[in-house]
Amino acid sequence: MPAVAQRPATAFWRRALRHRSFVAGGALVLLVLFAALLSLVWTPWSAYDIDIAAKLKPPSSSHWLGTDVFGRDIVSLLLVGARATIAVGIIAVGIGLSFGVCLGLLAAARKGWTEELIMRMSDFTFAFPAVLSAIMLAAAVGPGMVTSITAIGIFQIPTFVRVTRASANAVWSREFVLAARASGKGAFRITTEHVLPNILSVLVVQATIGFALAILAEAALSYLGLGTQPPQPSWGRMLNEAQTLLFQAPSLAVYPGVAIATAVLGLNLLGDGLRDLLDPRLARER
Amino acid sequence: MVNVANQNILLDVQNLGIRLNTSRGPAQAVREVSFSLRRGETLGLVGESGCGKSITALALMGLLPDSAVVGGSIKLAERELVGLPDADYCDIRGNRISMIFQEPMTALNPMHTIGRQIAEPLRRHKGFSAAAARKEAIALLDRVGLPDAARRVDAYPHQFSGGQRQRVTIAIALACQPDLLIADEPTTALDVTIQGQILDLIADLVAERGMAMILISHDLGVIAENVQKMMVMYGGTVVESGITDAVFWRMGHPYTQGLFRARPRLGAKKGTRLKTIAGTVPELADLPTGCPFADRCPLVEGRCRAAFPAMVRVGDDHLVRCVRTDVSMMNLPEVLGA
Repeated sequence: MPAVAQRPATAFWRRALRHRSFVAGGALVLLVLFAALLSLVWTPWSAYDIDIAAKLKPPSSSHWLGTDVFGRDIVSLLLVGARATIAVGIIAVGIGLSFGVCLGLLAAARKGWTEELIMRMSDFTFAFPAVLSAIMLAAAVGPGMVTSITAIGIFQIPTFVRVTRASANAVWSREFVLAARASGKGAFRITTEHVLPNILSVLVVQATIGFALAILAEAALSYLGLGTQPPQPSWGRMLNEAQTLLFQAPSLAVYPGVAIATAVLGLNLLGDGLRDLLDPRLARER
Repeated sequence: MVNVANQNILLDVQNLGIRLNTSRGPAQAVREVSFSLRRGETLGLVGESGCGKSITALALMGLLPDSAVVGGSIKLAERELVGLPDADYCDIRGNRISMIFQEPMTALNPMHTIGRQIAEPLRRHKGFSAAAARKEAIALLDRVGLPDAARRVDAYPHQFSGGQRQRVTIAIALACQPDLLIADEPTTALDVTIQGQILDLIADLVAERGMAMILISHDLGVIAENVQKMMVMYGGTVVESGITDAVFWRMGHPYTQGLFRARPRLGAKKGTRLKTIAGTVPELADLPTGCPFADRCPLVEGRCRAAFPAMVRVGDDHLVRCVRTDVSMMNLPEVLGA
């Protein structure tokens, strides 16, 4: 029975809820989102209050996961840290996605010297790793969350340019694009109506990978002291502070590590699921 | 010289020449192609792969790569199309000239419903509202013989068979009631049984709407049954042209004769090998100066290679690009039957 009778949105959600990795990934991502939102209204303790007397306490009924070296509550730190993680992910991927996809689509549609220029520029940007560009930016404007987000976002642009251009070129050479041109469509409409929908699944997957990379990059930059600045907690900073105490309190490194792994895993599963769900060829009703 | 008879001419192609920049240097893919077509007339283009049929069709659509150099003139209802800016060409494509492609499996966008893809040209060229375009799309699907059109209009291309998809592409091509339909091997990718149905459908629609049609095929049988006029192409040029019946009655060019002899026949003795034309198609990048068929021609002589032969008139509107028609057409029944 072909799926033509239902409304498309309903059919989409029905298939989505049956897709295992979409559901699992979605649940993990929602968990992180929920943690970030919850931290806005409630945390068990303040994430900023230092209580040296209560430092490095093991888990107890008042501090569920114990306290860190300054006596701050780990649960509260994790909850508030989720905010930085999500902000970095969304903004950095947003920067990479919006600039990268536009430039990549332009390169594929215009060809010739436009394409050359865009690709050489992205090669140039690509030559600087995120950490290096963040260090350069930090040297210029000072370290902080905005600096690290900008650097990670810029670092993501060339990746999106390349992925977009490569898949867009493949779509441009398909016969249905020729057919679309034969029916009188110009380059802009072919790009928006034919190329973009056909590369959307690739972009969604790349965006989730990019999101995961951004979280890791933010953690790395915070670990180096270039990202989120104290006292603002972030998962990367928590790892950074745990490092010196790895032998006294190894669990301090495990909690933020697990949090980062959860977010990255959830996003990857979600991306996988979305890729399958967005492709109508795989959308048959079972 | 515009006279009354010319007023009816829909498409007038004069001396079309196309030079492509290939990786092996510039190649004269098409030269000295001239023909004209009135409303309601059908023209067949026949020839083997690489002879310039599809390039000619793309030139008519203005869809050649930017690096291609087009010479000569293509006039659609007195309007010159060679050198027309792309924005103006966009208003012609899909509106006044439409095209059906060879591969129905790939000519449809897998991400959009077929209804949307049929409605698209209507909305763009004719300014239909979404609802009106959808209604028209259902009517078109019904007309091209897709069962249960009202329900299937929201289905995606992968939910159709090859023959059904070709019906959908025909519906897209016909949506804006074009003056000229170009069908580039529309049945090559389909089963033989479906082939007949699709060709009949196209023929019916062409007659019903009074369009002109150019049918491209490598199959002489398809050409013989479906078009009024035909052109045989070889090495980027027209080697023989005329009314279909006349050409099949008295084939003048050794290449046309060779193609005809090479067809498989019912009732042939078991184990009989198909006749072939010796040699291979010349590379477009290095075509000989003389007749492009000279290297494979059984009747070749010195002057064939000396200069590019002109079209010779061998009957009413029947032209052959060969200097040796006196010999080639001497014993026709024997030549073609052998």
